[in-house]
Amino acid sequence: MDINNELIDKLANLAKLNFDDTTKEAIRGDLEKALTFFEKISELDTENVEPLIYMNEEVNVFRKDEAKTLISRAEGLKNAPLQDGEFIKVPKVIEQ
Amino acid sequence: MQHYKNLKVIQRDLAAAKITCAGLVDFYLSNIAQSQETNAYLEVFEEEARQKAKELDQKIANGEKLGRLHGMVIAIKDVICYKNHKISASSNILSNFESLFSSTAVERILLEDAIIIGRTSCDEFAMGSTNENSAFGVVRNFDNLDKVPGGSSGGSAVAVQANTCLAALGSDTGGSVRQPASFCNVIGFKPTYGRISRHGLIAYASSFDQIGTLTQSVEDAALLLEIMAGKDDFDGTNSSKSVPKYSEALQEVSSDKEKKRIAYFKEALENEGLDAEIQQKTKELLAKLQSEGHTVEAVSFPYLDYLVPTYYILTTAEASSNLSRYDGIHYGHRSKDAKNMEATYRNSRTEAFGEEVKRRIMLGTFVLSSGYYDAYYSKAQKVRRLIHDYTRNIFKNFDFILTPTTPTPAFDIGDKEYQDPVSMYLADIYTVQANLVGIPAVSVPLSHHSNGMSFGVQLMADKFEESELLKFGKKLTL
Repeated sequence: MDINNELIDKLANLAKLNFDDTTKEAIRGDLEKALTFFEKISELDTENVEPLIYMNEEVNVFRKDEAKTLISRAEGLKNAPLQDGEFIKVPKVIEQ
Repeated sequence: MQHYKNLKVIQRDLAAAKITCAGLVDFYLSNIAQSQETNAYLEVFEEEARQKAKELDQKIANGEKLGRLHGMVIAIKDVICYKNHKISASSNILSNFESLFSSTAVERILLEDAIIIGRTSCDEFAMGSTNENSAFGVVRNFDNLDKVPGGSSGGSAVAVQANTCLAALGSDTGGSVRQPASFCNVIGFKPTYGRISRHGLIAYASSFDQIGTLTQSVEDAALLLEIMAGKDDFDGTNSSKSVPKYSEALQEVSSDKEKKRIAYFKEALENEGLDAEIQQKTKELLAKLQSEGHTVEAVSFPYLDYLVPTYYILTTAEASSNLSRYDGIHYGHRSKDAKNMEATYRNSRTEAFGEEVKRRIMLGTFVLSSGYYDAYYSKAQKVRRLIHDYTRNIFKNFDFILTPTTPTPAFDIGDKEYQDPVSMYLADIYTVQANLVGIPAVSVPLSHHSNGMSFGVQLMADKFEESELLKFGKKLTL
């Protein structure tokens, strides 16, 4: 699998990560190696095989749709990096 | 104080007033201090543990009803939530995070009077097989400080190995309980997928993750399972099947003459990556079981070389999705020099995630991305079906599948070979099958290598066959 810098940039954007020139080269090499290793599974014939998606055997596990308050506002804000007692504060979204 | 390996013995001595919970906690705390160079603990709940021990001793003195885990001092892996306690998944992105609730597993052991003594280090977000990927330093094997303890539940395994607690909780996504158990000479047990609620377990790969135990006796693994397992409204993938009395099933083991059918894979035993001494001891065990009258047969397993690639395609995909919640906004590390939202996300994640975590997020993003999804992610889900059906089919004719737990004993810290991600991934070759299929598996100590390090043997059973699995596991330890 050939991985170019353009693909790394695209993936980094989707994954919300940054790579500078040095780390980009390292991740490119790692991805190339891992993906070559992953390609092994293409040898198997999976025609007419249904993908296995859910590991639990029970289907349609229902519960009552009840509103519950599990945490208070203060608890919800407790771990926020920046908050004013009512809201979590974030950097400006719209540039002037 | 003697080295206790079994809660029953502790409870007997507590009842006979030979020891107290306070004395037990003091003893474990002094062992923690003496094994500090292992770096197994991220935090020790010293005062709290002493306080809880005092309360329990009072209860005993008053003749009050005691929980089934009274006298058990336990450590928890840093991915299992405990209300009002820090939890970080050994990552800088959660370095100051305090949990708002307890995981169902922790809730249930606390109700039975367990004493939680601390939280243990692991590979960051449970991603790794060496415990070298923690943001808070390498964890060392207590038998030899130059060796890795395995991972990702390395801190939990060392905590038990160094007798700093009776038992520990870990999590097992592809062997993260069993592999360190093998490296640290303890018992590592992963139940059936969905047997124990995942509520309050920090998610790595949701269709693989399962809470497991590291113990010094199979009895303690059985009792902990009995208490933690069972329906939980907070986890929709949790099984509502009734929970058997696993601990009672173990009582008849020593006298039981029942003959079992055991399968092993020729491909696994002849695998070129398998250490010769581990191969030899595993073969000797199979011969011994056969001589005791069990059916022992080689079964062909054509998927051995496909297990690890399938596992890593699916788990990296699930990880890239699960870890998207760490955005620097609601909680966790936020970058100081981000001027807008996009930069907040990107800089916070880039600054605080470690290398292996970033690698897996990128791999997962790749296999899920348009143009590659079908060839990797969707294909791997189909291969998972093939592996699942083939493995479950074996259990129509056999009770257990027996394999080595790990291809090698514990390796050196910083070993160049395992700095290569693919080599590290291959260390999971025998353990990932149970998670791909969703079946229970246990690693029990088998022998010691000529280099002095321990290694285990793994037994897998069909879904929800924990009783039989633990019974036979116990037999192997006798």
